[in-house]
Amino acid sequence: MSLDHKNDAEFHASLIEEVLKAYPDKAQKKRSRHLSVAKPAEAPEEGGEQNLSECAVKSNIKSIPGVMTIRGCAYAGSKGVVWGPVKDMVHISHGPVGCGQYSWAQRRNYYTGTTGVDTFVTMQFTTDFQERDIVFGGDKKLEKVIDEINELFPLANGISIQSECPIGLIGDDIEAVARKKKSETGKTVVPVRCEGFRGVSQSLGHHIANDTIRDWVLDKSEREFEATDYDVTIIGDYNIGGDAWASRRLLEEMGLRVIGSWSGDGTLAELEQAPKAKLNLIHCYRSMNYICRHMEEKHGVPWTEYNLFGPTQIAQSLRHIASYFDDTIKEGAERVIAKYQPLVDAVVGKYKPRLEGKTVMLYVGGLRPRHIVNAYDDLGMEIVGTGYEFAHNDDYQRTGHYVKEGTLIYDDVTGYELEKFIEQIRPNLVGSGIKEKYPVQKMGIPFRQMHSWDYSGPYHGYDGFAVFARDMDLAINNPVWDLFDAPWTKTEPLAVAAE
Amino acid sequence: MPQSAEKVLDHSLLFREPEYKEMFAKKRADMENMPAAEKVQETADWTKSWEYREKNFARESLSINPAKACQPLGAVFAAAGFEKTLSFVHGSQGCVAYYRSHLSRHFKEPCSAVSSSMTEDAAVFGGLNNMIEGLKNAYALYSPKMIAVSTTCMAEVIGDDLQSFIIGAKEKESVPQGFPVPFAHTPAFVGSHTTGYDNMLRGILEGFWADAEVTKNETINIVPGFDGFAVGNNRELKRILDLMGVEYTILSDVSDQFDTPSDGEFRMYDGGTTLEAAKNAVNAKATISLQQYCSVKTLQYAKSLDQETASFHYPMGVAATDEFLMKVSEITGKEIPEELRMERGRLVDAMADSQATLHGKTYAIYGDPDFVYAMARFVLEFGGEPRHCLATNGTKPWAKKMQALFDSSPFGAECKAYPGNDLWHMRSLLATEPTDFLIGNSHGKFLERDTGVPLIRLTFPIFDRHHHHRFPVWGYQGGLRVLVTLLDKAFDTLDAAGLEPGGDISFDLTR
Repeated sequence: MSLDHKNDAEFHASLIEEVLKAYPDKAQKKRSRHLSVAKPAEAPEEGGEQNLSECAVKSNIKSIPGVMTIRGCAYAGSKGVVWGPVKDMVHISHGPVGCGQYSWAQRRNYYTGTTGVDTFVTMQFTTDFQERDIVFGGDKKLEKVIDEINELFPLANGISIQSECPIGLIGDDIEAVARKKKSETGKTVVPVRCEGFRGVSQSLGHHIANDTIRDWVLDKSEREFEATDYDVTIIGDYNIGGDAWASRRLLEEMGLRVIGSWSGDGTLAELEQAPKAKLNLIHCYRSMNYICRHMEEKHGVPWTEYNLFGPTQIAQSLRHIASYFDDTIKEGAERVIAKYQPLVDAVVGKYKPRLEGKTVMLYVGGLRPRHIVNAYDDLGMEIVGTGYEFAHNDDYQRTGHYVKEGTLIYDDVTGYELEKFIEQIRPNLVGSGIKEKYPVQKMGIPFRQMHSWDYSGPYHGYDGFAVFARDMDLAINNPVWDLFDAPWTKTEPLAVAAE
Repeated sequence: MPQSAEKVLDHSLLFREPEYKEMFAKKRADMENMPAAEKVQETADWTKSWEYREKNFARESLSINPAKACQPLGAVFAAAGFEKTLSFVHGSQGCVAYYRSHLSRHFKEPCSAVSSSMTEDAAVFGGLNNMIEGLKNAYALYSPKMIAVSTTCMAEVIGDDLQSFIIGAKEKESVPQGFPVPFAHTPAFVGSHTTGYDNMLRGILEGFWADAEVTKNETINIVPGFDGFAVGNNRELKRILDLMGVEYTILSDVSDQFDTPSDGEFRMYDGGTTLEAAKNAVNAKATISLQQYCSVKTLQYAKSLDQETASFHYPMGVAATDEFLMKVSEITGKEIPEELRMERGRLVDAMADSQATLHGKTYAIYGDPDFVYAMARFVLEFGGEPRHCLATNGTKPWAKKMQALFDSSPFGAECKAYPGNDLWHMRSLLATEPTDFLIGNSHGKFLERDTGVPLIRLTFPIFDRHHHHRFPVWGYQGGLRVLVTLLDKAFDTLDAAGLEPGGDISFDLTR
């Protein structure tokens, strides 16, 4: 099958129709609202940007039971994403053993420090609930656990309590425990009610985690901090494979001072300092816009979105960030862009010929399904389908800035749908998560994990773009994909869309 | 600038470049509010002291780096071993994403399971509607032959009743009346993944056996237990039993499900114990478990149906394999063939060839109780000393059993079992009483880094090495595999010393 999928709206619409047939009536009706094909963009409002397309689908709605959603839960959003990377605090997985175990050191949030002594990211602390804790409540145990942490880890600068499902159901008062322990020790203790049954996905966990930073961290510290005119905070970069470091370098090179890294490689102090910034820079809008809005409202710190995936977006973002500052920084941005242009040219020169025209389908979290589109575009690759696990309406609005009309759009896609879409479209590459990796590869389609960078990275910044290009090339252009058919079988060779 | 298109540096080299190192130092000095380097060093040294060890072992409530997971993981694993069976976990949906990821990361294979996606409203009103709708959707979309229902802790805390829910869902025609929907309550706050395996397996068997007419025959049932090496192990097991000419049914065989080929087709279901075989297994004369601690309730149930039962602890090494074979022979009346005696001889031959390398070496071992027992027993067989044996999900009776094992060998004199302890306890043990080697899973890499004790990965989960699970560790052949793994680590460790500058000392060509 070698179809030209560019803007193949009709074909994509027929795929949606086809997958929906498999559902019982009620589920079919519900799912149909989450699947769509990007439509031609309407004319922008006065002064607005011209979108490439309209990608509206229903989103941030409960998953249907029994369909194999790929989503996680609020605990995954709070402990796994927002709080977990804060390196000098101990994060207690409060409840039974499983959640902490499965999310233990799996997100590759790199950090510097001495693990177990002054930093604790790749450790699993849990109250390991037993039946008696469910029956009699876990607050006493939690108190004891906090005492034991303080005893064994004297250099920990704080503690967060990440609630698992039972906590909210058995009526524990973790806030009271947090207040009590804070007054006893003077150390920050943050109670987070991120039980997995709350909300519809990871997304509410992000929001709850943001709210606890607002209520239990900001404006609570007496520490002196000397601000400068060039202070910015990196927000919503979790330093996967070192992303935040590759980003920080560029910001510092253009003359800015990064006073906090939220939350990859971040410390409690860096959370506390953020309201002193001149500008908050948000990379993952979905998971941390809440706290940016709060700091704008309460502390008067403006915030802006940026995107450091691929040279086009990097240059645009550095200039946009610089526009908030004086000429020193504006010149700095131009200097940095010029400095790295030879690297960009060399990377594009080397990899674009090997990747041009290749098609990609994405299914990631709440940001990357749009954020990385231009990085592919910089290498001549085309996004034919994209979707989010836990986006909201404003994410789909923003998706229209990035993808062309005709792109297949799927929200909270089910295992069944994704498999059928990939089978029919047969893109040259799929970018999604660990649960999708192996089914896709067995179909003979190259795959990259775009949550964890498939154990590679960084992908942010100019240093990261080189790694990104290398990885896409090695995924697609590996000879193993040609070995799938035994030579004595009489099947047609695997169809490749781009041939 | 460190990066170039000719030689792309990823995280493994990029961040060692001076530009980045300088950036890290500056960040720490100006922004992080972290303790001074001397203070960190002082504290780091203190965490490796005897004083700290005592404090650490005095912990009563806090669990740090435990070596166990929760029940439903075991339930999903057990269900995956049956023909075209879909796991349906009733409760919050994030858990299922976790089980799937966890198993995929170990096996490097797809892992399919669905959730009833219960949220706040279900927490208030119960999850009956989620069950009704969920079973209907799962049945329609994924065409399973059986749906195995287990629970997350959320559903357990609110007290949903699976039996009545499933009856209710069938009344609403979510699935056909006769369609098998076995179930097990698998509360995460009781036991561990091995408990969940046991509960789910028993649930599945009850579904088939409860009202069965029993006609006894000569077959035996084998329960492998929760096993990260199941792909290699189950196949080896089948080879051995086939050699003996035994008629058997493996109850939950995941060896194909977690080892599907790459030929252009994604098989959501592959292999497994057929439902027909599972049904007929009620007629077996005996049920034998290869992991006692994974099958307590399952064996009780088999016993209640007049089956003979026997259980082992992960038959690895010489004597453990001997015992298993002799038991099978005794129950079935089939002789142990000469071929297996030759295989046994070859394993012993290999152990004799290498005994000098391994004699007197000390080990720390952790993992599930059956594995730790097996590993310690095998270590004793070639004259090693399993000094620290730890099972987070091990019980006091398990520790007693371990002690009896230590007492059975002069090499066990210095050895101790640690039931219910975690890997932070193990860190203290290794810091104060180091061993030559550590045997465990990928989580052990943090211990290896902190204490310098070389890690050998021989049990679930193995995330950071590939394909180990494709090779058996059970039986005589598996014993060879384990032996070679240990020897490789021993020789590599020996060679590493000779790689230091100026040293041809100990860098021998022949060993």
